[in-house]
Amino acid sequence: MARAAVPGGLSRLDWRVARLVERRAETPSAGTLVLDVPGWPGHLPGQHVDVRLTAEDGYSTQRSYSIASASDGSHLELTVQRVDDGEVSPYLADVLAVGDPVELRGPVGGWFVWRHTDTAPVTLVAGGSGIVPLMAMVRTRRAAGGKALFRLLYSVRTPQDCIYADELRRRAREDFGLDVAYVYTREAPDGWPGEPRRLGVADVNTHAWPADFQPACFVCGPTGFVEAVADILIALGHEPRRVRTERFGPSGP
Amino acid sequence: MDRFEGRYEDGDFTDGNALAGPLREIFAVDLTTASGRCAHCGAEGPVAALRVYAHAPGLVARCPSCTEVIMRLVRGPSSAWLDLRGAVSLHIPLGVE
Repeated sequence: MARAAVPGGLSRLDWRVARLVERRAETPSAGTLVLDVPGWPGHLPGQHVDVRLTAEDGYSTQRSYSIASASDGSHLELTVQRVDDGEVSPYLADVLAVGDPVELRGPVGGWFVWRHTDTAPVTLVAGGSGIVPLMAMVRTRRAAGGKALFRLLYSVRTPQDCIYADELRRRAREDFGLDVAYVYTREAPDGWPGEPRRLGVADVNTHAWPADFQPACFVCGPTGFVEAVADILIALGHEPRRVRTERFGPSGP
Repeated sequence: MDRFEGRYEDGDFTDGNALAGPLREIFAVDLTTASGRCAHCGAEGPVAALRVYAHAPGLVARCPSCTEVIMRLVRGPSSAWLDLRGAVSLHIPLGVE
C-alpha cells in the first residue's frame, strides 16, 4: 500500500505558539490540556509534540508529549501525568492557565503511528499513561469510521489511575469492533476476576489478537513494562517488526 | 506521555521515538522510521527502536541488540553536534509524492 508522507514532513521543524483553551482532570495525577495551535498541519495517531518552556532569565527546557486527540483542525489535546520532581509536567499540570501561551513543535515521529486506512487487526497494550497515544488511535478509528478490529489491554495500578475511564467504557459499548480489557497491578475493583498482578502471558494470550491473525501491535508504557510485553508478544509468535513499541521513561506501573 | 521527566537511574532508557523532534530540527524528513545497521554487531532495525539514554549531556542512542553506541546528539545554544559512529548506514524512507 502507498504510504502518504507523515504530516509535518518535508520541512524543517519550527516552534509554534499554542494557547491553552481548556483543561480537564483525568485522574488525581493526570490532566488533559486542550490547546489551540494556529496553522496546525494535522497529525497521525501515535505522533507526539515537543513542548518548550522558557523562564524569564532565558533558561529553557523541553519535553516530549504524545498527542491524545484525533486530528481536528487547530485543536490538539495532550494528557500530562504530573511527575512531582519533574521540571515541566508540574507547570503544565498546575500552573499553565486558560489563555496562556506555550511553545510546541511537531507533529513528530513516524514509527509509532497507526493509519486508519490499514485494515489489519490491531492489538494495543498500555501501561499507565502509555494509554495516551493508543487513545489517539482509538479516537481516530472512531472519527474516521475505521474498520480495523481493535483490542486494547490496559494495565493500571488502581481503578482511580485509569485515564479516560468513562470514555473507554462508552467506546467499548458504542464502537463496533473495539474490545477493552484491564489489568490492575495494586488494587482491583469489586467484581474483577483475580488478584492484582502484573500483566502476564495469560493476559496477553487471552486479550490480544493471536499471532496467526498478523495483527499490528502497539505497546506503550514505562520502559520495563514495554520490554516485558514486547518479549511476551514475540514469545507468542508475533513478528518482531509488527510489534511497535514506545517507552517513556524509568518507573514501572 | 513524557519521556524525560522523573529521576533516571543507571540503566534507565527510553527509545528512538524520543529522537524524532531533535532530529527533525536538523533533517527535513522523519529519521525515526529510517532503518539502520549497527557497525558493531550488524543488527538492523529502525531508529525508533534504539535505546536512548537521555540523562547524559545530550542524547545517546545504543543498539538494542549489543548496546554499543550508534549515535549521539548534543544540542548547544547555536548548533547541534551529531556523532553517528556506530551506524554503518541509514535507509531512509521518503514517502510517496
